[in-house]
Amino acid sequence: MYALLISYPLLSALVALGSLSVLFGGVLGFAAVRFRVESNPIVAQLSDLLPQSQCGQCGYPGCANYADAIVSNEEAINKCPPGGQATINAIAELLGIEPPAMDEENVISGPMIAYIDETDCYGCTKCLRACPVDAIIGATKMMHTVIDTDCTGCGLCVDTCSKNCIAMYPVPVTTQNWCWELPEYPVVTSRASNVPC
Amino acid sequence: MLSDAALLLSAILVNNFVLSQFLGLCPFMGVSNKVETAIGMAVATTFVMTLASACAYFVFHWLLVPLGLEYLKTIFFILVIASVVQLTKMIIEKTSPVLYRVLGVFLPLITSNCAVLGVVLQNTAKDHSFVQSLLWGFGGALGFALVLVLFSSMRERIAAADVPVALQGTAIGMVAASLISLAFMGFAGLV
Repeated sequence: MYALLISYPLLSALVALGSLSVLFGGVLGFAAVRFRVESNPIVAQLSDLLPQSQCGQCGYPGCANYADAIVSNEEAINKCPPGGQATINAIAELLGIEPPAMDEENVISGPMIAYIDETDCYGCTKCLRACPVDAIIGATKMMHTVIDTDCTGCGLCVDTCSKNCIAMYPVPVTTQNWCWELPEYPVVTSRASNVPC
Repeated sequence: MLSDAALLLSAILVNNFVLSQFLGLCPFMGVSNKVETAIGMAVATTFVMTLASACAYFVFHWLLVPLGLEYLKTIFFILVIASVVQLTKMIIEKTSPVLYRVLGVFLPLITSNCAVLGVVLQNTAKDHSFVQSLLWGFGGALGFALVLVLFSSMRERIAAADVPVALQGTAIGMVAASLISLAFMGFAGLV
């Protein structure tokens, strides 16, 4: 076998590379099974329902961590202000429990949006880096501003501002987001949605 | 023993992978914006470079040399590095979720770090023994880590400095890197 391989360089190259690939593939395949991390499928489903803006207002580093805490530590499901009542209802339906009201400590009534007082902004770029959804535009020593349509209202930028010129305001009603006031029934929506109408 | 220590020192300072050999510049510029991410990348790279040096040594001396396939070493080493990185990621994910959270994002990036490929190719070119390969890999990684953390602290300062418009961003980063590189030239002749 060895003599055969030595006398045919092309064959030996193919066999060596092929067998090494198969060996590593086998090891990795084995490791994928042996070292698989059992994750609770509910956690992934919960994580899908959350807004994924990783704002941390629930007190956890990210949406996945919050979903994990709901499952493993029985954390309350009403701590996600960007998601609002729609997310609470969706989670409650998934878990088969009664949807609680929004946690008053965490909530700022209704969806909010960040606003930068542009006369004060001197372009330190700190809020740029804090924004998890890249909804703030601007550059060093240039005035920054918030893109209304992209802001999820997580409020992470407020504390970073070195001139305290960022504030949270309720989302202004425009022709784009205004809708008929429907009579309020306790409706359980089937999925979390940011579409107001 | 003395020569081993000299080899280690040489890999860290004199032949620093980033500043003297210009390998691994991509993660060097890419992950050096914040000190925390730089430290995560540095630890992950140290781990992978040392491990890849050991694995590549065995593949080269037990498989490639007996079959006369030294000319294929680059392809084989890429295969070895990619597999080692993937395996490391899986094992860390299982055994230490905390470490995985720190290193996890950076591990796949290291596959394409040319410093890792550079260190194993140099090991074969310089005909290092097994211990020397390990030392060269570990020392090179330590040097990479040192420079990465140093440079990320500098860039945090640069971010707040008054940089001329034409040089802002990556440009001033490259200028700063070349200045540190010049400073590291001062280590020449140390070993």
